Amino acid sequence: MSKPMLAIENLHATVDGKPILNGLDLAVNEGEVHAVMGPNGSGKSTLAYVIAGREGYEVTEGSITYRGEDLLAMSVEERACSGVFLAFQYPVEIPGVGSATFLKTAVNAARKHRGEQEYDAMEFLKLVREKRAALGIDDGMMRRALNVGFSGGEKKRNEMLQMALLEPTLAILDETDSGLDIDALKVVADGINALRGPERAMVVITHYQRLLDHVVPDKVHVLAGGRIVRSGGSELALELESRGYAGLGLEPSAAA
Amino acid sequence: MPAPRTIPFDYPVPSASPAPALPGDGLPWLDALRGEGRRLSAGGLPGTRTEAWKYTSLAPLTELEFSHPAATLTEAIPAELGPGAFDALEGPSLVFVNGRLSARHAQLDGLPAGLRVRGLAQGLADDPAGIEALIGGTEALNGDLMAAFNAAFGADGCIVETEPEAAGKEPVLLRFVAAPGSEPLAYHPRVIVRLGAGSSLTLIECHEGPAGAPTWSNPFVDIRVGEGATLSHVKLQVEGDGAYHTALTKAALAGEARYESHLLALGARLARHEIHVRLAGEGADCQLRGGYMARGSQHIDNTTVIDHAVPHCESREVYKGVLDDTARGVFQGKIIVRQDAQKTDGHQLNRTLLLSPKAEIDTKPELEIYADDVKCSHGATAGEPEADQLFYLRSRGLDLRTARKLIVQGFMGELLEEVGHEPTRAVLAERVAAWIDGGRS
Amino acid sequence: MSAQQEAAQAVESYAGERYKYGFVTDVEADSAPPGLDHDTIRFISAKKGEPEWLLTWRIRAFERWLEMEDEEPTWAKLHYPPIDYQEACYYSAPKSDSDRPKSLDEVDPELLKTYEKLGIPLQEQEMLAGVAVDAVFDSVSVATTFKDKLAEMGVIFCSISEAVKEHPELVQRYLGSVVPYSDNFFATLNSAVFTDGSFVYVPKGVRCPMELSTYFRINAANTGQFERTLIVADEGSYVSYLEGCTAPMRDENQLHAAVVELIALDDAEIKYSTVQNWYPGDAEGRGGIYNFVTKRGACRGANAKISWTQVETGSAITWKDPSCILQGDNSVGEFYSIAITNNRQQADTGTKMIHMGRNTKSRIVSKGIAAGRSDSTYRGLVRIQPKAEGARNHTQCDSLLIGAECGAHTVPYIESRNPTARVEHEATTSKISEDQLFYCRQRGIDEEDAVALIVNGFCREVLQELPMEFAVEAQKLVAISLEGSVG
Repeated sequence: MSKPMLAIENLHATVDGKPILNGLDLAVNEGEVHAVMGPNGSGKSTLAYVIAGREGYEVTEGSITYRGEDLLAMSVEERACSGVFLAFQYPVEIPGVGSATFLKTAVNAARKHRGEQEYDAMEFLKLVREKRAALGIDDGMMRRALNVGFSGGEKKRNEMLQMALLEPTLAILDETDSGLDIDALKVVADGINALRGPERAMVVITHYQRLLDHVVPDKVHVLAGGRIVRSGGSELALELESRGYAGLGLEPSAAA
Repeated sequence: MPAPRTIPFDYPVPSASPAPALPGDGLPWLDALRGEGRRLSAGGLPGTRTEAWKYTSLAPLTELEFSHPAATLTEAIPAELGPGAFDALEGPSLVFVNGRLSARHAQLDGLPAGLRVRGLAQGLADDPAGIEALIGGTEALNGDLMAAFNAAFGADGCIVETEPEAAGKEPVLLRFVAAPGSEPLAYHPRVIVRLGAGSSLTLIECHEGPAGAPTWSNPFVDIRVGEGATLSHVKLQVEGDGAYHTALTKAALAGEARYESHLLALGARLARHEIHVRLAGEGADCQLRGGYMARGSQHIDNTTVIDHAVPHCESREVYKGVLDDTARGVFQGKIIVRQDAQKTDGHQLNRTLLLSPKAEIDTKPELEIYADDVKCSHGATAGEPEADQLFYLRSRGLDLRTARKLIVQGFMGELLEEVGHEPTRAVLAERVAAWIDGGRS
Repeated sequence: MSAQQEAAQAVESYAGERYKYGFVTDVEADSAPPGLDHDTIRFISAKKGEPEWLLTWRIRAFERWLEMEDEEPTWAKLHYPPIDYQEACYYSAPKSDSDRPKSLDEVDPELLKTYEKLGIPLQEQEMLAGVAVDAVFDSVSVATTFKDKLAEMGVIFCSISEAVKEHPELVQRYLGSVVPYSDNFFATLNSAVFTDGSFVYVPKGVRCPMELSTYFRINAANTGQFERTLIVADEGSYVSYLEGCTAPMRDENQLHAAVVELIALDDAEIKYSTVQNWYPGDAEGRGGIYNFVTKRGACRGANAKISWTQVETGSAITWKDPSCILQGDNSVGEFYSIAITNNRQQADTGTKMIHMGRNTKSRIVSKGIAAGRSDSTYRGLVRIQPKAEGARNHTQCDSLLIGAECGAHTVPYIESRNPTARVEHEATTSKISEDQLFYCRQRGIDEEDAVALIVNGFCREVLQELPMEFAVEAQKLVAISLEGSVG
């Protein structure tokens, strides 16, 4: 029997005083991949940001328990170091900060947190070389400043590389598939599938079914109006695909 | 030898008879204001050691002998003033001849509801308390020397007011014209503009004068744009080549107010257009656009200060100029962001085309920022028309002269696109085209 | 508390950290009494055994300075109480000066300990490969290394006092030729009372084989320090010079008014790098160095190049604008600068690029970072003279604000008198973005490290201009200047 890795209970959250999440419940067990789908404005990204601890996303009620601990009491970087990874929908550009420098700093922060020896430059380069080859990221991208001038596909690949290097226990993927061509989508799906494992859980937030053709989820949830309104197996995603949110009686405006 | 902070200036030239009276003399508050103005201006003109006047010397002005402006108040105003740049425009207009409002030339028929336009000298006679409330005390001078000259020697001007929610369809035209003459002549008009909440207005300020006339116009335009109101302020300055023009415009913007300044400076031997905008209410928006084109030995100075005093305001500033012969251009643009003015969004750009080996541009775009959550930038470029643009046009068969003209036309054209009132834009575009064709304006 | 506030607080807590290099060395000083008159100048000159021409030059400068009473610069965006120039002491040399050490063994061990604490690689075994050090302790150069190796190639690298004795013709020819004694209030004062500094001459066609380095320190209480540095690169030569400084903690403000003159002849190149980390004063702005520096280089010959790179993190007040006079055709001037101010620090820094020759080029990259209650101003001049056909300038000037009580100002002056010249200036001011901070933190990097990472990224274009030996140190310094007490 799997243990719950992430337990969200009755979560209410506001942004600028506006309620976005209105009593959301979600439990994800170790080794599971859950898909959260929903129309625009249903609160999908808010859910991702609340889990990661972004400022401005205020939890007014409810709880999030991660591996038995109160996640909401932890700072952004504590969450990250204890294995929570958010793949951003729009990764930010940081001029002048080399991608490789950034990755090394992040990986070593996590290692330090776990009481492990930090990697030196050589060890780290070796590690990156392995992971990056698997994701088809060329060396040139690593030499460039973080996300600066990257195409949409490159940014998402870079997110997958970071995920592969940081080896999170809980990965939240926020519309990682949006705006990708089929090749890039494949890279993202391979990145996710490669990380699937019995000790790791993932929440894949998406608007469309197409990523789920490549990443078959254990469970699918439909988010509308700031709550999970339906849950089911992977067949629910297909049903959504054929009937649309409206067909399920979920108008996009339900969230407003 | 360090440059002077002030330049001694005998103004007006001493006269045997006592200084004649100006309109409103005897009103205690006005006497106090004029007294303070005289006290400050007695120190002379600002010199080039004063940072704000670093690149513009008013020394040539001291070579002219101006008599007291009041001395001309009794002269008759000629009936025939010659054509004006905006003659084709409909709408209300006031004409100032040698700084005095000319009643016979005023067109104030059918003013739309909610718009009030009146002369300052007349106002001082009819409604001194009302004018006092508009002008305020001596503190408004704030040590500014040119404003002090204006306060001390200003004889006339006008007041333009809108009531809340009023919307003027046609622009209000203020035409300032110097009558032909060979005697040095100085005037210091004061224009007061007050826009009520939610109102909108287009105001055109036009300065004209005959070639060679030794005039000095020193207008002070005092603007307040009420909450949510919009003022589009167009200024065309095409005075003759003997003229000196030192203008100070101050605008204060309430919340959600918008102020657009569209300046086209082509005339005068020396012109200085100084604009201070204070964004005093949240959500205010300031758009300054200036064009300057100078040739011969003209000197055109644009000095602007945009003061972001409160959060969430936006300012955009674009000044573009073309300098030929030995003309000199100056751009000094300062953006201040006060400590409380978080989320300020300010951008400024100055671009100058130099057409001759002896033309000169001095540019000082300045950011003074005390708030951390802001986005501000400025840019400046100077140089001749791009070689590859010229080459492209010539490879399509244009001769060099035509190609250069076309590039200058395009360069300045961008600015005018922003003028909302079509007939006004057409007048300005015509002036730019005429300048490019080499005709004196 | 917002991430921004936290960042600001992290920055502020640095103030609580004791200045790392704050200690005072106990060395008996052989000092002139405080005060400044003709006798002081004669004392300094006699003490140094100077020739008559130099004394005359000093006296001329002093007399000019007396006339400059009201010319102490006021235009800079700096605020400090008036300096009493009669209070300062104008000469202080370690006592051992009367018997100059011939080798490191003879150097006052107290002094060596000081350098060790500062991490200055004075002893050869501790030295970074390829770095020769001419260390200035207060006013007199006490040791120079690698001199023999340089001498073989004809490179002269010594204290300016020594150069006055050994190479008077070179010093007399070039001293004051770029910064005349009457140049400005502080340079004129320096000309009258300078005590020591470095002298470098690289002969024709020689590429100086190592980075030359000088570390400046300010030590004895109430001692104004007035270095004078002169670097001459003869035709076709190349030299890279590093200047780095730290100073011990002091309660009273100390004046520092250096002059640096660079001369590059035809096809010569001088690269001058500075890391300035003097004591900035405490969190309330007490103490700290007043740093008023005149640095100027002349590209005298065709194709000459002068490049200034500076990392300014110290001093209570910094006023400097390393400049280039581009006289030779095709000559190149560069200015790369990082200025970090925190607490109550004030910096007014920038450059002047004077284009005189044809096809001269200049590039300016300035990165200002202001935190705490500090003020940082970029003040730069680009002047294109009428004969500078085809001149080019590009200026990029960015400011970053950390916290709500600091100020960043950009005051560029652009004067163009030649239409074939192309001058471009761009400037931005912003804060560290919340998005960038959140992204870094989501990847597990704590706030302070994230700030350091982002700021280093912001400064990257300048950091990569520094020689390797300095780049690492500078990068650390950037982080330290903005870090809290953690780590």
